[in-house]
Amino acid sequence: MREWDTCKAIRGIWHVPAARALVAAILAVMSSGSSSFAGSGDPAAGEKLYGNCKTCHEIGEGAHNKVGPHLDGIIGRKAASIEGFRYSGAMEKAATEGLVWSVENLDAYLQKPREFIPGNRMSFRGMSKEKDRADLIAWLQSMARAAPAADPARIEPDTHGPAREFTDIVLAMEGDRDYGEYLGSECVTCHQITGQVEGIPSIVGVPRDYFIRSLFEYKTNVRRNEVMKLRVANLGNEEIAALAEYFSSLEPQ
Amino acid sequence: MTKLTRRQFALVMGAGTATLAMPTYLRAQDKPRVVVIGGGAGGATAARYIAKDSEGAIDVTLIDSADNFTTCFFSNLYLGGYRDFASITHSYETLESNYGIKKVTGWAVGVDRDARMVSMADGSKIPYDRLVVSPGIDLVWDSVPGYSEEAAEIAPHAWKAGPQTQLLKAKLDAIENGQQIVMVAPPNPYRCPPGPYERVSMMAHVLKSKGVDAKIIIIDPKDKFSKQGLFQEGWQKHYTGMVEWYGPDVHGGIKGIDVNAGTVETDLDTFKGALLNVIPAQRAGRIAQEAGLTNDSGFCPIDAGSMRSTADENIFVIGDASIAGAMPKSGFSANSQAKVAAMNVRGDLLKSKVFPAKYSNTCWSLIETDDGVKVGAQYAPAEGKIAATTTFISQTGEDAALRKATYEESVGWYAGITADMFG
Repeated sequence: MREWDTCKAIRGIWHVPAARALVAAILAVMSSGSSSFAGSGDPAAGEKLYGNCKTCHEIGEGAHNKVGPHLDGIIGRKAASIEGFRYSGAMEKAATEGLVWSVENLDAYLQKPREFIPGNRMSFRGMSKEKDRADLIAWLQSMARAAPAADPARIEPDTHGPAREFTDIVLAMEGDRDYGEYLGSECVTCHQITGQVEGIPSIVGVPRDYFIRSLFEYKTNVRRNEVMKLRVANLGNEEIAALAEYFSSLEPQ
Repeated sequence: MTKLTRRQFALVMGAGTATLAMPTYLRAQDKPRVVVIGGGAGGATAARYIAKDSEGAIDVTLIDSADNFTTCFFSNLYLGGYRDFASITHSYETLESNYGIKKVTGWAVGVDRDARMVSMADGSKIPYDRLVVSPGIDLVWDSVPGYSEEAAEIAPHAWKAGPQTQLLKAKLDAIENGQQIVMVAPPNPYRCPPGPYERVSMMAHVLKSKGVDAKIIIIDPKDKFSKQGLFQEGWQKHYTGMVEWYGPDVHGGIKGIDVNAGTVETDLDTFKGALLNVIPAQRAGRIAQEAGLTNDSGFCPIDAGSMRSTADENIFVIGDASIAGAMPKSGFSANSQAKVAAMNVRGDLLKSKVFPAKYSNTCWSLIETDDGVKVGAQYAPAEGKIAATTTFISQTGEDAALRKATYEESVGWYAGITADMFG
């Protein structure tokens, strides 16, 4: 039996906490000696596939945390281990039960993120093709020796474009959380308040800076989506500050 | 920005004074009571937001005639075979178990506005301090001569999702080579402006994918319709020669239908269909009329800043039944209006903060697999009406990737809005 099949078979008992810690430990050991799976991927193809990830994850020299944690050294990394990044409760729990990002675990996670760790907040539906996952993982592995920024939790000031300047103005403002909750009732018609992702990204618990900058990027056509452009058209600084205050204060459920 | 307007302040104070004037034994035992009539996009959302945001301080009762709710939005996708019926049907269980909402299954038949009491068909009465009326639409059967509630068993309208939708699907699936479908489209104003034309697209999709050679004729009382350019471009592209649309300048007027003969008679010609889909004119759901909340248009005038009925300050009317200015009658609109109404209900009863009203809508339509389009707007009160502040619509000639992304966005929206309605 290939390790992938083993992994598939034991995924079913991942929800049983006692079994889970044991399974995670076994997988971690298995992965350390495993290279057959990783060797099958094409890093060049994987780099293209990484386009799916890069809105939220940085990797490479000087990588920072964005909406997701930076991915330097992700293979073999303990889950929820990047200091200064706010993980979901579900991811923290998986980490305390011993989850390590072995090739096999990452493969299972990338296939169906929400089944592998229910309640985690990664805004990605999953990658169904085994080859795609192998390619992507091969590329992530090829980036293994890249060094993250000295302080990855710090958000590097993006000095390009007007969105950054507007963002700084609003970042300095204090948002009215109650007002944000009312205004946010419009957002949650599509972006689910639980942080669940079913075709529309989660905005629950995203850092203020990222939230504010994203809205200004819609206003300034850096990001293009007609629905979002419309929604932000009439939002002033006070409204954006309020929304950022509200959504950054929430935890995915 | 966050200050109450003078009017809102007066209403809040009024409610407060009334509470103080109540006998002590009543104040001690009763929380303020809100009754919501109608458990759709408007009513379910209003009930959930009032219960959630008042954190148990308001007693919320939700009245709907059914145990489960089938959404009209995405019912065309069921027709087209993209969704199963269960996936567009939702239970009220979470609203009851997680939000403490009392669900009453039955028909509200009257409102005693002086006594602030809703009468149910079974004779029971439900008292309220504030009432939210969200009954959706009623069909004006005789707006199409020859059509009736009985005739709808042969020529379904399927404009209220449920058994009618299933009947229409069964009849659509039975269409054979050489047969014809005739749709009688509704006059303005009606629920879901792009709905009839998305439905025609889904019918054509079913026929085309089965290789059935059949035509769809639309007899329309309107001389133009929602997303017309986008639909006509799509029909030309995907369903060449399958769809014919006739406006009044061509057919000259709809004289009547005969559901047994399967005919629609117009000034121009008599059209025959193996399947007639008749969507008549509409008005506010009957309870809104019984409660005296409608005007001559058949719909309910409201205050644009709060969704409060202009006929009764203790009542809010939301969704398709309301006259919401520039907002279309859609599930998205109803959901948006419900949040403004819910905030004002809490403001009345709990003196919570009332922010300026703000509304939004987006309507997605599917033309063919992965070919989605959308139209949307933001709204705010202006000169006593709800007016659009910003609008957009998909463009003709958009690339396939964008259309696919638009469709995927609509699937995400469906998951989002139903979670927002039912918890």
